[in-house]
Amino acid sequence: MLPARFDYQRPETLEEALFLLDRYGEDGKILAGGQSLIPLMKLRFASPAYLVDINRIPGLGDIKESGGKLVLGALARHNEIADSDVITARYPLVASAAPQISDPIVRNLGTVGGSLSHADPAGDWGSVMLALGAEVVVRSSSGDRTLVIDDFLRDTFTTDLRPNELLVEVRVPAPSPHSGGAYLKLERKVGDFATVGVAVQLALNDGHVATAGIGLTAVGPKNLRARDAEESLAGAEPGDAAFAKAARLAAAAAQPQSDVRGSADYKRHVVEVFVRRGLARANQMAKA
Amino acid sequence: MQITVTVNGTERTADVEPRLLLVHLIREVFGLTGTHVGCDTTNCGACTVRLDGTPVKSCTLFGVQADGRSVTTVEGLATNGQLHPIQAAFKEEHGLQCGFCTPGMMLTGAALLEKTTDPTEDDVRWAISGNLCRCTGYMNIVKAIQAAGRAMQDEKAPEPAGAAS
Ligand SMILES: Cc1cc2nc3c(=O)[nH]c(=O)nc-3n(C[C@H](O)[C@H](O)[C@H](O)COP(=O)(O)OP(=O)(O)OC[C@H]3O[C@@H](n4cnc5c(N)ncnc54)[C@H](O)[C@@H]3O)c2cc1C
Ligand code: FES
Ligand code: FES
Repeated sequence: MLPARFDYQRPETLEEALFLLDRYGEDGKILAGGQSLIPLMKLRFASPAYLVDINRIPGLGDIKESGGKLVLGALARHNEIADSDVITARYPLVASAAPQISDPIVRNLGTVGGSLSHADPAGDWGSVMLALGAEVVVRSSSGDRTLVIDDFLRDTFTTDLRPNELLVEVRVPAPSPHSGGAYLKLERKVGDFATVGVAVQLALNDGHVATAGIGLTAVGPKNLRARDAEESLAGAEPGDAAFAKAARLAAAAAQPQSDVRGSADYKRHVVEVFVRRGLARANQMAKA
Repeated sequence: MQITVTVNGTERTADVEPRLLLVHLIREVFGLTGTHVGCDTTNCGACTVRLDGTPVKSCTLFGVQADGRSVTTVEGLATNGQLHPIQAAFKEEHGLQCGFCTPGMMLTGAALLEKTTDPTEDDVRWAISGNLCRCTGYMNIVKAIQAAGRAMQDEKAPEPAGAAS
């Protein structure tokens, strides 16, 4: 399949990329891992006149901890995240989600920044970042904006990004000492998008739930935050009763549609089961 | 656009449209047809090549993205007429039926074996989970990759003292 013609630019610096984005406006598109954009271009669902390939900009894919946060450069590949020692040691939710995205070869190229910017409601990173309370930093030639992920992900394939803005990094608050997290995903086969995905992050304090974060994948117009479920957990005693209640509230917040991957009822049921299981798993980690 | 790509160790130049996919650059411009197009939708992995060593699906990358980088295709596995251990093992273990998925399987397998020559069955199945075999001969593909790993260990191992040559 042959995409429509486009002009290709490969800036070597962020400044150069931002300059080009300013110049191209609505006609330009950023090329990161290309694992969502190129398939769309081949189908001619997307036909940008200009592609700005950011893959050769040094440092844009760095993964580091700084200022009490995990900082994921926009170009951090799914597999680099999966293989990162810092993440494996301290960010179990991120670590459990990364290897469940797509397949190993797509993960070699696909990036966290591209994934969030693409804003597919069936994308996994959005739910993970909701559960973790992450922020994204977007940059244009006129400066930076920092947005909480809830404000960044606006709708189906729609973010708060302006055409001249580039997502530069994702900032994840470091988990508190007594915390745990997990990503649960139901897929028909390896490499498929989620039928349902659930991201759970739980922090305990003095034997009670301090905070809980729950993000839902593929059961709404965008990645959803199960806010009622989160609030029901705050201050609760961690255990089956509280988790079952939160799971019911999360299932009620889901807005699944019936499709080839399953009926709406089935998906809602899976949300409930996964939230319960995810909370139990996170609780085990938090107590350990 | 003028590009230079090191293909299987040899520097090649080409003047291509940016929209030309890497797989077509390899097959049609460079004339290396060992890299296959299966699904053309980033699912099957038949088009897998290694870009600076990393397995990628060449149907989902533009040729211009390989400018200044190196690409290894199945044609680059053998050296001096000697099969790569993974090629020898696929032959020996019947790791292929129709052969369509084989170039991608071997390149992905070779990348895995550079990390560990002793992968478990699970390791192998996980590593090749982005490569589909429509003949479904996964058993022998897994065996072949493991056998290649053992062959690579033997190659590296020093001759036992006093071994008859
Ligand atoms: C077979 C297959 C299976 C998949 N399965 C899954 C799955 O299970 N779960 C999942 O979450 N994803 C899945 N994906 C998608 C994959 O994770 C993509 O890598 C990801 O969605 C997009 O990241 P990318 O770096 O490839 O972005 P690209 O394709 O390069 O870009 C996607 C969009 O984001 C924009 N963009 C990219 N980077 C930036 C930036 N830094 N700032 C601003 N805008 C930017 C681009 O202009 C484009 O509009 C799958 C893809 C394939 C091909
Ligand atoms: S042809 Fe590229 S993944 Fe199938
Ligand atoms: S051998 Fe036929 S597709 Fe794998």
